[in-house]
This record gives sequence, structure tokens and C-alpha cells, in this order.
Amino acid sequence: MPILQPIGRTFLAFLEATGRLSLFTVLSLSHCVRPPFYPRLVLRQMVEIGYYSLPVVGLTAIFTGMVLALQSYTGFARFSAESAIPNVVVVSITRELGPVLAGLMVAGRVGASMAAEIGTMRVTEQIDALDTLATNPFKYLIAPRLIAGLTMLPILVLIADIIGVFGGYVVSTQKLGFNPTSYLQNTWDFIEAQDVISGLVKAAVFGFLVTLMGCYHGYSSRGGAQGVGTATTNAVVSASILILSFNYFITELFFAR
Amino acid sequence: MNDSTDAKPLTGGNAAATPKGGTPKISIRGLTKVFGDKVVLDGIDLDIGEAESMLVIGGSGSGKSVLLKCILGLLHPDAGSIKVDGEEVVGLYGAELDRVRRKFGMLFQNAALFDSLPVWENVAFGLIQGQRMARDKAREIAQQKLGAVGLGEDVGLLMPAELSGGMRKRVGLARAIATEPEIIFFDEPTTGLDPIMGDVIDRLIVKCVKELGATALSITHDMASARRISDRIAMLYKGKIIWTGRTAEIDRSGNPYVDQFINGREEGPIQMQVRDL
Ligand SMILES: Nc1ncnc2c1ncn2[C@@H]1O[C@H](COP(=O)(O)OP(=O)(O)OP(=O)(O)O)[C@@H](O)[C@H]1O
Ligand SMILES: [Mg+2]
Repeated sequence: MPILQPIGRTFLAFLEATGRLSLFTVLSLSHCVRPPFYPRLVLRQMVEIGYYSLPVVGLTAIFTGMVLALQSYTGFARFSAESAIPNVVVVSITRELGPVLAGLMVAGRVGASMAAEIGTMRVTEQIDALDTLATNPFKYLIAPRLIAGLTMLPILVLIADIIGVFGGYVVSTQKLGFNPTSYLQNTWDFIEAQDVISGLVKAAVFGFLVTLMGCYHGYSSRGGAQGVGTATTNAVVSASILILSFNYFITELFFAR
Repeated sequence: MNDSTDAKPLTGGNAAATPKGGTPKISIRGLTKVFGDKVVLDGIDLDIGEAESMLVIGGSGSGKSVLLKCILGLLHPDAGSIKVDGEEVVGLYGAELDRVRRKFGMLFQNAALFDSLPVWENVAFGLIQGQRMARDKAREIAQQKLGAVGLGEDVGLLMPAELSGGMRKRVGLARAIATEPEIIFFDEPTTGLDPIMGDVIDRLIVKCVKELGATALSITHDMASARRISDRIAMLYKGKIIWTGRTAEIDRSGNPYVDQFINGREEGPIQMQVRDL
């Protein structure tokens, strides 16, 4: 049955890739918590991930908040339910759009550059050189990135939440004729700790996934410039898909009762 | 540099055909490495004595670099045993492997400098990360090693991307010897250098072996350099060591493969797989 062969082969390849990724994840995590630590490198990655992603995440958030207000207005006006707009904006941003969009933007920015950097180090034997200098690449390259991703994304998302809500506020008050004070009052009344917290938990998970994918694909890249290119693409694509699927599961965990 | 030894070979003539008594520093038995269906190393046996300078010659693509990487545990051999100071290193991992690796310094064929770090930090890397030395002190030592390979203070501040090929090689060399390791591997140390700098580097390698008592395993295609830096030579051909002997005796090896190789003749038992244009 020649038709079964490719199916079997694909299945085996899938199992192998899953196994390798699981091993990589466990190894990376164990090196995150065992000394020696490299605080300088962690700090540098935090600046790289957190600070330098601020503009792109901020821009995404403000336009998302603005369009959210505009769209819900055109929809809700039909039922004269415009007063729900502050609620819609703050809940959508904190629960879903803040973490997911920030995660995706960071995947494109940080995940890609990590895969390219570590992949280039791999194909130019720099990772071998690290090994011979008795420096574990998991500790030196991967752990600082994972720690930075895990801690910086929640902070980024918190800022994105505020900017997003502000975007909605600007459109509502300047364009849709809302009263600024009552809009803010409504937002404040509707906001719930759980919305924000679930969003921040998501952000931490996404930050971990993005950096993990960047490191994993870079670390296992093979064969020159083309290999690095493939690794970069794979890092962004797999991180994006993982973000969207984990988003569903975490949402279910928090809200499906 | 050390201009006391003018006569060739620099290493003197007291090297034995086999390593001096006691356990060899590195002992390789039946080492086999396969890539796909291509057998690159096919049962290598090789002993390298303490404070000996061993040289491996062989055609391009014959597996010399792969041999070094297997010993360092960067590639996993498919079969065989590698002992360093009598301790089996095949299958070691984690902290154990790191401990063994601290004995080694390696100059990679393409230098493999960390391109995110300035030159001096590349050289000082093993001191700062491996030995946890203070940065100021490590920097001083790095500049000193850079001086030994003919690179000044100003070069220390450059990034690797700003260096020429030969400069990169010399920085790689400075990095390999910076921690004064017990065992140093030189993968084509003088390729891409001008003849005078080549001689300087040869003398530096000899100095590492003679004065620091390091064990060296080098690869080179330059026979003049080979005669200067090595005590013994092993020839790798089709995955096997086909000849081992003292450097002084290489011209009288009686092995047609070795003769053809060191004289660089096209005719002989080694047939290059080339077709006419
Ligand atoms: N990572 C790898 N994957 C697959 N094949 C490899 C790999 N590394 C080396 N090889 C193969 O092993 C063989 C030996 O390579 P190696 O780099 O050891 O050659 P070499 O003797 O150092 O040659 P040169 O003198 O040109 O540097 C080559 O044919 C190469 O194709
Ligand atoms: Mg080579």
C-alpha cells in the first residue's frame, strides 16, 4: 500500500519533532532555574524584548482600541446600545486583543530575530565554540531569552491594555460624542480583576512560547543561509499558531464555567 | 618572539615514534563517524602523548575536522572510544563533559568568533565565563594574547565583522590559548596568513607546547608548517589512519600515499575525482 507510506512517514516525523521539542523545552527550563545565571544577558534581553517592542506594540494597541470603539458604535447604534462601548472596549482589549496582538507582534519582531541570531551562531559554529569554552549554550543563549520573554510580555501587555483603552476613549469622546468623565467612569466600573489577570497570564505564556520557538528553531537550524531563513519562518509561524491555540485553551480555563 | 630556535625543526628531534611512557593524554580506539550513508571516520586508532605535538594530514574532506569535533564531544561518534587522561569521554554530558572540556582549547577552521562581542571579549571569553575571572584582569590577559598573535590594542576594540580573514584566524588562535589549556586543537592555524605571519604563528604553537607543556593536535595542509610544529604526523585517508610516524621520518615513510601527499603530486595511488573541463 504505497499510499500508507507517506502518511506513516509524516506521522513518524511529527512524533520525532514533538519529542525533540519536548526535550528541548524541558532542558531549557531546567537551565533557567539552575546556576550559573547570567543577569547581564537577561537584562540585555529584557531591554531587547520589552523596551524595543514598545513602539510596535503601542501602535498596534492604540489603533485596535480606536477601531474597536468605531466598529462597536456602528453595530450597537442599531439597538441604541451605545453605552456598552466602554465595556466592550475594555473587556476585549484586556482579555483578548491586548495579549494576542502583542504576542503576534512580538513573535514577528523578537521570535524572528532570535531564530536568525541563534541560527547564524549555529551554522557558523559559534555554538560549538561556546561548548568548547565550557559555556552551556542553554544557559548562555536560551535561558536569558526565555526568562526575558516570560517576564517582559506581561509588562508589555499591561501597557498595551492602557494604550488600547485610551485609543477607544479618544475615538469615543472626540468622534462619537461621549462624555469623557462618564466614559472613564464606565470603563472603571466594568473592569474586572479577572479580565486583566487572565490577559497577563496569557501574555506570560505567549512570551514563553515566542522565545521558545525562536530559540528552538534557531538552535536546530542546519545548512547555511537557507537553513537560517527556514528557521526564522518556522519560528514566526509556529509561534503564531501556538499563540492562537493556547489563547483558546487559557480562555477556556479562565472563563468556561 | 622566541628567536632562540633558528634551526628546523623547531621541536627538536627527541620525539619518539610512539608517545612516551605512561597513559597517553588522548587515546582513540575504533572511532567511527557516519553521516547518512557516508562513512567519514572508519575505525580510527590514535594515541597522543602528554606534551606532544601531533599533526593530522589528509585530503580535503577526509574528515580531519570531524575527528577534532568528535574528541571535543561536538559530534557524537557512531562507535569507538575516546579517552582523555584515561577517562572515557564518549557519552559524557552536562557538567561532566564541561569539566573535561575545560582542558581543551580549540581554534576552529573558520575561527567561529562570537560576532556579537568585541575582539577582546572573544579572547577573554573562556576566562570570564569559564573561570569567572574579573573582567579587567581578563581583558589584560586578552590584550597580551592578542599581542602574541601580532594584533594591537586597537584591534581588541573592533568587532569580528571588521576583521580580515587572517586576523580572524589569529583572534581565534588567541582565544584558543587564552586559558592556557592542557590540550589545544589547531584546525589549519596558518591557512590564509602571509608566510611571515605563518612562521610567527608556527613558533607560537611550538611555544605553547614547549613552554606551557600543552598537548597539541593540529591540522594543516602546509607541509613546511607541518614540519615546524609537529613531533609526530598521522595521515588520514578514506576514514583510516594509514600512517603514523615521527615528523623527521616523513620523507622516509616508505608509504606511497604519504609520499604523494607531502610532495603534492597528481600521479600516485591517491586519485582525485576530477574530470577535464
Ligand atoms: N555536519 C555534517 N553533516 C554531514 N556531513 C558532514 C558534516 N560535517 C562534515 N561532513 C562531511 O564529512 C566529511 C569530512 O569533513 P571535514 O570537515 O572533517 O573535512 P576536512 O578533512 O576537515 O577537510 P578540509 O581539509 O577541507 O577542512 C566531508 O565530506 C563532509 O561532507
Ligand atoms: Mg577541516
